[in-house]
Amino acid sequence: MPTYVHMTRCDGCGECVDICPSDIMHIDKTIRRAYNIEPNMCWECYSCVKACPHHAIDVRGYADFTPLGSSVRVHRDEEKGVIAWRIIFRNGTKDWELLAPITTKPWGSAIPDLNTASEPSEEARNSQYLYNEPKYIRMDEGGIHTLETNKLVMREGVYY
Amino acid sequence: MITTNPFAQLNAQAPDLFTPGLMQAFIILMVLLVIGGTIFDVLHKKSAKYFFENTKKGQKNAKREVSSAERKGLMVKTLTNEVLTSSEFSNQKRRMSHLLTMYGFIIFVATTAIMIFAYPTVADGTPAILPLLWHLGAIMLCVGGYWFWFAIRVDVAAEGNPWYKISYRADMFILSLLATCTFALLWSFTSGMGIFFALFIASTVFLFGGVIWSKFAHMFFKPAAAYEKRVVQADGSNEGLPTVPDLSSSEVHEKFPDIPTYMGKNPPNMGPGIRREPAKHY
Repeated sequence: MPTYVHMTRCDGCGECVDICPSDIMHIDKTIRRAYNIEPNMCWECYSCVKACPHHAIDVRGYADFTPLGSSVRVHRDEEKGVIAWRIIFRNGTKDWELLAPITTKPWGSAIPDLNTASEPSEEARNSQYLYNEPKYIRMDEGGIHTLETNKLVMREGVYY
Repeated sequence: MITTNPFAQLNAQAPDLFTPGLMQAFIILMVLLVIGGTIFDVLHKKSAKYFFENTKKGQKNAKREVSSAERKGLMVKTLTNEVLTSSEFSNQKRRMSHLLTMYGFIIFVATTAIMIFAYPTVADGTPAILPLLWHLGAIMLCVGGYWFWFAIRVDVAAEGNPWYKISYRADMFILSLLATCTFALLWSFTSGMGIFFALFIASTVFLFGGVIWSKFAHMFFKPAAAYEKRVVQADGSNEGLPTVPDLSSSEVHEKFPDIPTYMGKNPPNMGPGIRREPAKHY
């Protein structure tokens, strides 16, 4: 479900307007607060949620990870390099904090210099792999994963 | 020129029209307009009602009791940080502009009231510091206000509109504020020319009379909201936001094993990420 702005916490600074990749966060012309002009086009990418310095924007939690009406709030701490979530159920039975790393090195310190990196060979450019896919995606050597190599079979119908 | 009381000069130019009583009555009328408009604004928007209901709702998630001594400390901190230094602004340009306009406005209005009530005629002998401060307040208002208008206003800074694109309802406050301080200075520097005085009075009435839809009420509810934010941080409810614990503590390593696995036992300061660049990508 799309983003929504708490008008009392928003001060109209425009950080969300700047960062939204869909260009759907804008400032209301009368009350001078941010709002989502096209909720249908929102991807819930959380860019505005993370960028807002006053934590004024939230995304309603989907029913696949939290029941309706829960408070799902997130705080991204760049300097500590972690993202923290807190889910509070609307009947108060759960108040759950989660924490995960978002970077392992200081920001901007490990940007590869593509000028010095070697060009992909003719064979690599004609193969099915993306740039550096074998090195960065796979955990072992070997061909790409398919259903057959993993001894799985596609079955018709819906199974859950 | 900047040490002469412009209101005393006004009285000297037309003593029968601009009596001290008239000038003082005008100030009182402006004050009444502000008080009445603010009360109407708060009642109409139901902002006070919402604020207290929100506070009660937040207290349900409180993890600890905040003592009254601690509350007093938080009130002092709110006063020294959010009120006196406008620390709520994370954008430093907006903060600087707000400080200039806020203090400029306070100095300008206070010296106006003092000069009109205590030294309304030339015979009263205004101490030079008062007109100096009056002009200083107006200049601070102009600097902060014009900087805001041309560069910082969100329509210009974040939406990429040109500075001359005016939104009628939203921009009337800043425009009337700019008009007031500009015409005040022009009036003073042209030794009391009538047209600038008339425009100064007109813009002042528009500014104080338009408080219903403008920003005056924020000087009451912003400090209240800032104090409330500190209280919920102290009592653990934190508006439903998580708190980031100490990443090198063993409890965090046990509860969230990803942290020591990928970041090490003592993660360093990672520096600014998206904040390395100012927001300027419209």
